[in-house]
Amino acid sequence: MKRNFSHVGILMLLAFTFLFLIASCTGGAETGGTPDDITHNLRTENGIEVNDVEREIPEPVGDAYVPDEVVIGVLAPLTGSAARFGEAVRDGVMLYINNYNAQGGLQIRPIIFDEQGDIGQAVIGYNSLVDQGITALIGSVTSGPTMAVVPEANADGMPMITATSTHLNVTVDASTGNVWNNVFRSCFIDPFQGTKMADFAREVIGAQTAAILYSNDIDYSIGLMEAFVARAGQIGLEIVATEVFADGAIDFVGQLTNISAANPDVLFVPAYVEPVALIGPQSAQVGLDTVILGADGWDGALDIMSEGQRTTLDGSLHLTGFSIENEDPMVQEFVSRFTAAVGNPPDMFSAQAYDAAMILIAAIERALADGHAPNTDAFKAATIAHMAATNLTAVTGHITFDSLNNPQKSAVIIEFVDGEPRLWGSF
Amino acid sequence: MLFLSQLINGLQLGSIYALVALGYNMVYGIVKLLNFAHGDIIMVGAYIALFSLNYNHHPVVAALLTVGGCTLLAIVIEKTAYSPLRLAPRLSLLITAIGVSILLQNLAQFFFEARGRAFPADRLLPTGTVSIGDATVSYTSLLTIGISVASMIVLTFIVNKTKLGKAMRAVSEDTGAAQLMGVNVNVVITFTFAVGAALAGVGALMYGVRFPLITPTIGAMLGLKAFVAAVFGGIGSIPGAMIGGFMIGLLEVLVIHMGYSGWADGVVFMLLIIVLLVRPTGIMGRNLMEKV
Repeated sequence: MKRNFSHVGILMLLAFTFLFLIASCTGGAETGGTPDDITHNLRTENGIEVNDVEREIPEPVGDAYVPDEVVIGVLAPLTGSAARFGEAVRDGVMLYINNYNAQGGLQIRPIIFDEQGDIGQAVIGYNSLVDQGITALIGSVTSGPTMAVVPEANADGMPMITATSTHLNVTVDASTGNVWNNVFRSCFIDPFQGTKMADFAREVIGAQTAAILYSNDIDYSIGLMEAFVARAGQIGLEIVATEVFADGAIDFVGQLTNISAANPDVLFVPAYVEPVALIGPQSAQVGLDTVILGADGWDGALDIMSEGQRTTLDGSLHLTGFSIENEDPMVQEFVSRFTAAVGNPPDMFSAQAYDAAMILIAAIERALADGHAPNTDAFKAATIAHMAATNLTAVTGHITFDSLNNPQKSAVIIEFVDGEPRLWGSF
Repeated sequence: MLFLSQLINGLQLGSIYALVALGYNMVYGIVKLLNFAHGDIIMVGAYIALFSLNYNHHPVVAALLTVGGCTLLAIVIEKTAYSPLRLAPRLSLLITAIGVSILLQNLAQFFFEARGRAFPADRLLPTGTVSIGDATVSYTSLLTIGISVASMIVLTFIVNKTKLGKAMRAVSEDTGAAQLMGVNVNVVITFTFAVGAALAGVGALMYGVRFPLITPTIGAMLGLKAFVAAVFGGIGSIPGAMIGGFMIGLLEVLVIHMGYSGWADGVVFMLLIIVLLVRPTGIMGRNLMEKV
């Protein structure tokens, strides 16, 4: 017996050691999706008291003020792990500003600060930018640094817009539930995508029943699932199956078989590229015959599938913020200018950054037209009020802001046809 | 009919686990080593198959390269890492195995990059589904189960009917006595690693077909699940590995079938703990009682 117990001990020790090794090996391999995956906490959404901010634009104080230049700050991580998002945002912002300045007239002078994806550096950067005389801020990129800067910017009454921070509490104070009235964003928040896809399933596909396959340990996936379910309840879309997978899962055959048996009209899969690349072939394997819907985490899924298997996702539709295939002249002009200036086609982040710059500078123009001198509190208040009243067509769609300062805009729907992404249209 | 579909799913998954678990148990049976690098040999095999198929090799050529490559890799590992430690304490051997596992994973990340690569499964086995009653079953499921069972039959034949198999059983029973009887223990041990790795090569192909996204860390989870299968079936027992593998695959799918898809992995590892507490020798394991 004694021997048996030592046997047990060694085996258990090994099992746990190995589990630990695996945990340490598989971490950090996330790809795809937005830069904010880790920090999302969307469950607080329901507890929010929405304050309807007064959207009154201050009275003009005199004739239009014509300054030589207006200085704005750009906070972005240009080194560190979030650098690729930061560079995409910087490139989008700079393209808009350079084009704008080239027209003559008002000149915008941007000051860029590399916050390295670090919360502390972001705050230091913000204060440094303020010392250098900025009157408005674009940034930051990931939600953590952005949220670190927001309270200070709010106290300063600083007009601020982020292109990519999707966390709910970027525009809403987590502790009080009040809206940070000076902060805007040009990207979708995650729950919005779930709501949109539920509407799409009901209105466009005409689905009566839906199934969901989501990961219960990825906030992005949970946030979209909850929004989809909530919206489905409102519009009479019946959820006939809800299946779960773990982060890093590779086997979805069991779940897909259950879903196939429930025979839903659509299957919603709010996930990143790796699960999607496996769900395609595995859904073909179980003979699943339903339209699969996804969200922006799907961008690039076909790139990690073999050529012969890409067609297994044919007919699937997913939502995204931006498509270079959009034939809208404004989008095509943006794509060609960006490609010429930067050397590669723009991604969603660059497009949203371009729009953020457009929204901010349009508001600055109006504040100046009201007669406010840059770097005065009245100018900043006027810029904020004009941003809140934004109503313009940008490259990611026609943008207005809701009472939480989140953009209301149409999303782009991509359909997979013959193993290739095709623009379905906007929705 | 849903149940039949899920049964086939479970058998397909289980046959992959069984192929891997066989490698664990054969090696454990001979040298009392839990070869934790075994899962990573499968990872390397999956990459060999992936590149070979992408170079438009014939599926049979790709399969032979994969099985051959895994076998060769296992022999190299055995000769360089394990063989020098033949007389060292078993714990040293075990730590070496974990070291080899980490080395293989990191080498793979270095050479093949950490990103997932698409496995062209459609070039290896025919795609498509067949209806059995109301149930839809894919060709790949049936072929995976068939190929695995065939591999196990070949293995059983080798172990029970050939001279080397006899030597393997002898070394497993009593290494010292076998050596005294003129069995070349080193050859037998290398052969055992080679056969285990050949099965791993087959497992790698079957894995790629079912999970066509290959990363340098795929061996870790697969190895762990197969380890649970090996312990459940009885560590060191060849029929135990087969039964354990199929049971784990079926269990996982059963949990999902019952609607607890989030619990599938948890239940498998819970089973490991229960088996270790209640019956550490597994269902087919020999009860090693030692006289004091």
